[in-house]
Amino acid sequence: MTTPVLAVRNLTTSFRVDDVWSSVVKEVSFEIGPRETVAIVGESGSGKSVTALSIMGLLPAANSRVAGEILLEGRELLKLSEAEMRKVRGNLISMIFQEPMTSLNPVLTLGFQIAEVLIYHRDLDRAQAEAETLRILERVRIPSAASRLHEYPHRLSGGMRQRVMIAMALACKPKLLIADEPTTALDVTIQAEILELIKLLQDEEGMSVMFITHDMGVVAEIADRTVVMLSGNAVEQAPTARLFTSAREPYTRALLAAVPRLGSMKGRPHPQRFPLVNAVTGEREIVPETESTAAVSERPVLEVAHLATRFDIRAGLLGRVRARVHAVEDVSFSLSAGETLALVGESGCGKSTTGRSILRLVEPDVGSVLFEGRDVRALGRRDLRAARRRMQMIFQDPFGSLNPRKTVGQAIAEPMMVHGLIDRSDARDRVSELLRKVGLPPDMASRFPHEFSGGQRQRLCIARALALEPKVLVADEAVSALDVSIKAQIINLMMDLQAEMKLAYLFISHDIAVVERISHRIAVMYLGEIVEIGPRAAVMENPQHPYTKRLMAAVPVPEAGRRALRRGLSTTEVPSSVRDPEYVPAPRLYREVGPGHVVQAFD
Amino acid sequence: MSGMSGASARPAAKAQTPLAYFAAQTLKAFNTNKTSWIGLAVFLVIVALAIFAPALAPFDPTDQNILEKLRPPSAEHWLGTDSFGRDTLSRVLYGARISLVIGVVSTLAAMLIGSAIGMLAGWHGGRIDTVTMQTMDVLLAFPSLILGLILVAMLGPSMVNIIIAIALTSIPPFARIARAPTIAIKEREFVLAGRALGFSDARIVAGHILPNIFPEILVMGSLWLANAIRTEASLAFVGLGVKPPTPTWGGMIREGFENILDSYTLALVPSVSILVVIFALNLLGDGLRDAVDPKLKGET
Amino acid sequence: MTAFVVRRLAFACVTLFAVLTLVFVLVRIVPGDPAQLILGDQASREAIESLRHRLGLDLPIGEQYGIFLSGALRGDWGVSMVTGQPVIREVLRVLPWTIELTVVSLMLGIALGVPSGVYAAIHRNRLVDYSVRIASLLGLSFPPFVAAIVLLLAFAIALPWFPVISAQSGSLSAWYRSITLPAVSLGLITAAYITRVTRSAMLEVLSEDYVRTARAKGVPWNAVIWRHALRNALIPIITVVGLYLGILIGNSVLTEIVFSRPGLGKLLIGALNQRDYPMLQGMMVIYTLVVVLVNLLTDLTYGFVDPRVKLK
Repeated sequence: MTTPVLAVRNLTTSFRVDDVWSSVVKEVSFEIGPRETVAIVGESGSGKSVTALSIMGLLPAANSRVAGEILLEGRELLKLSEAEMRKVRGNLISMIFQEPMTSLNPVLTLGFQIAEVLIYHRDLDRAQAEAETLRILERVRIPSAASRLHEYPHRLSGGMRQRVMIAMALACKPKLLIADEPTTALDVTIQAEILELIKLLQDEEGMSVMFITHDMGVVAEIADRTVVMLSGNAVEQAPTARLFTSAREPYTRALLAAVPRLGSMKGRPHPQRFPLVNAVTGEREIVPETESTAAVSERPVLEVAHLATRFDIRAGLLGRVRARVHAVEDVSFSLSAGETLALVGESGCGKSTTGRSILRLVEPDVGSVLFEGRDVRALGRRDLRAARRRMQMIFQDPFGSLNPRKTVGQAIAEPMMVHGLIDRSDARDRVSELLRKVGLPPDMASRFPHEFSGGQRQRLCIARALALEPKVLVADEAVSALDVSIKAQIINLMMDLQAEMKLAYLFISHDIAVVERISHRIAVMYLGEIVEIGPRAAVMENPQHPYTKRLMAAVPVPEAGRRALRRGLSTTEVPSSVRDPEYVPAPRLYREVGPGHVVQAFD
Repeated sequence: MSGMSGASARPAAKAQTPLAYFAAQTLKAFNTNKTSWIGLAVFLVIVALAIFAPALAPFDPTDQNILEKLRPPSAEHWLGTDSFGRDTLSRVLYGARISLVIGVVSTLAAMLIGSAIGMLAGWHGGRIDTVTMQTMDVLLAFPSLILGLILVAMLGPSMVNIIIAIALTSIPPFARIARAPTIAIKEREFVLAGRALGFSDARIVAGHILPNIFPEILVMGSLWLANAIRTEASLAFVGLGVKPPTPTWGGMIREGFENILDSYTLALVPSVSILVVIFALNLLGDGLRDAVDPKLKGET
Repeated sequence: MTAFVVRRLAFACVTLFAVLTLVFVLVRIVPGDPAQLILGDQASREAIESLRHRLGLDLPIGEQYGIFLSGALRGDWGVSMVTGQPVIREVLRVLPWTIELTVVSLMLGIALGVPSGVYAAIHRNRLVDYSVRIASLLGLSFPPFVAAIVLLLAFAIALPWFPVISAQSGSLSAWYRSITLPAVSLGLITAAYITRVTRSAMLEVLSEDYVRTARAKGVPWNAVIWRHALRNALIPIITVVGLYLGILIGNSVLTEIVFSRPGLGKLLIGALNQRDYPMLQGMMVIYTLVVVLVNLLTDLTYGFVDPRVKLK
């Protein structure tokens, strides 16, 4: 039996808050063998990051206690002094973190930040370290590596910075790489590239990887074995393939059931609810097949034509326009009552701006937005206010969406009172009714937002949006910030409400697997334009545009047997939509390739 | 974490009325740094002393007695006398009134006007914001003490003019302090939600933004009060304070300075008084500042 | 780089213009007749008229503004009514004293303040930290003239180590003896401010992700503090120091009075007491110029410390 590279036995980490010690990691044990990738997976608060920080010894000594055994190739790490542990960090075990934008020091050059590791651990001098740094940068496939040596982090994109982080971590050829959610903050195509890079480097270096994530699709692609954590406990461990096909614990089964799986809707034309599994009993919920809720025979409730929104970039003493961001360019689509149209794309593609432009939270420059036949853009202030009753929005951040100083009852009642729909005496009843509708107990109306969890706050935002009885609801990444299981619940709630109230949803998201569940139709956006639009099944099973194909291919699928998948390396950067002030976009051509399925001409 | 149970609340205290909630928040803020209690206590003591000065002062502060001039502390004059034979203790007590009144009124005025300007500038953005803030920057570019000195010299040293001068030089800092969080909150999603829900600008600014930045402005207010008192004393020290024979701390220090070789207490007593008030206010404001910093607050 | 400097200078000129105009307006909106205020209530009609004519106050406002501006730009800032000397000459005579005091105080403040702030941040919430925080809060609670008087009492009167009137020059020891007390009184207050801002900047930086990265790489703690953390903390520290320099110049007025040191402060007080309007106008211009220059220097320093600032 080979010595495992890392053996964690009965690890218990506790923190002291207000003089009370509480355990965040409880008696966790697992092993990582040579050349093996083990995924630690769990939702927020499961203790996975704290486990990693405990191994690295990076927790603040004053308020934390780590007990148990951590053996690195047989060597007990917890017994080392700080000076000895410092020699291990970056040298025998390296770690990369989630946020590439803030993990690099902005005032030091990239070359130096990498060379530093070599200088401290390998005793190289400046010149030797720089030469080696250049070689490492090339190994992580950074283009024009030589010129990057003296550049500063703010010049690089998120994907590039993460490559630099990987370079820093691998400079001393560690035995173990700990990756704490390294791709969570990246676009899905960039994520695919980084995962590929990690796999390649693991082969080349022969190192082991501990990969922390909440994304089961990533787990399927990258991990040999998986450890599932819940509230500080290691609930289940198994080879990844077995975990996906036959998980034993109810929590694991519930987690897997809640994970949106790309391709699970093949052959089912209409949106379907998530069949949830109860986390405690392990029972599966029975979900009947539902009919489509879309009222396609009536006139569409929302018709957008040739919408364009641009932002000026001003500079100089007089504030002259130097450049313009073409955030949304020539976007057209329609939305019927009871229908869900998803706008998907990666960061910067203009999907959020489109949603905000329709509601005139941002003023569009060109185009028309017909709501129930009237052009929203032409409305004066008072009419706009009235129109705003019918079109509402739910935002991404459940924590920022509610005023921390008002009770939730006040927050929900306020719009109704502002529009004169009810008076004070009716307010309480109406608020209770809305709370019940979104699945919350009515007596919570007098509480403040911070007393609720993320998922509950999102329900409150939905209740507030529904208060005005809207026809159209724009959901701007409404579930992106929620844990996997909560996501599924909120999606199911939204679908129930859609059936009941014939709501039309404009569902903006970058998460294609979620979108697959809830949408009737999908529009793919890239650089501010719609490159493909059509019924969900058509666009996802038969994508035509090269970008759509690339997007669909990059999505990690949570299924057994994907560990050996290789995509081939690439380094793409998303081009920017910033143009000169004089730029006039060329007219775009669209082709119809199927019933309702339209693609932008790409030759 | 209760990832699976969607509909039940976190264990929380039983529901409170908004008033009880805010009272609890204030208490928690004071308890963040115990020193803020000390600052508050000392400041309140000084305010009480000032209010009850007529009852507490053993002598009339303007009562001259040349025979008793520049005496050290004695049983009759606990803190000695000044160069006109006036009782130092009484003068210090009455001087507190001047300092506090000028300080409080000018700070309040600056807080109201400056915050309004800052919030409006931050909310509207664009041209209005740029022009307003550049004006504020121009005013800020000038050493405020000098500006205050010149203003008072021009207008003439009366209580009203001093208040105006200090208030004017205090407006730009308040504008800045109100503008930054306004801009930050403006982009927060509950403000966007308010706009989407059809709320008017006035409702959003007054009802949603203001309550959220109020604590920061208040804390800045207490810190700035310390500054205002210091400026008033500086003006008096230079000869531009409220005209004699009204006792002012700064004026007393000046007198003490002029007679420094003859009487130490005359300079020291008002010096210590000023120091204590300013220190108390700084303790108060600084102690509260940690509690009010939005980055550290637990509710966001 | 040159474009950056030019742009900043342009903004500085705009500021200067604005302040000059403000000064002009201020002097003229004063209720009551300046000439009358100068000569007092007993003055005769003719005396007042003749003074008004001398000061140019009987010309239309537009013309007065024009004369004022053109004079200011040409370097002719009028003539002091008290001494009869050109304002500029008076100012330049005493300017070096003020600059010297300000610079030495600032150096003292930085030398004491930055290490204290770093030290307090590293040992957060321990006894050292609390002591430093209370001490710095106390330090900046001192009005400058109070600090000056206390030091004067202690080290010039009670213990005659330093002279009471600090205006000697000539030899190094004489210079040292005359600048120490004033610089220390200002320097300690400055150190208090700098300690606070250093501490809070360091605390913020130490909680940033890139410091965690540095520790995860195995960088020694010393290097983490001084190279990774402090470099970033310098940015807000420089901002505050730049702002404080303006305050420092203002405070030097009070210190100069207490220590009877020549400098802009004494000049200003004299002009205020004697209603020497041309001198006041000139001094306001000088103060503004100095502050504007300081801002420019601050901006340039940013460029050296923070690579994100585009010096182009």
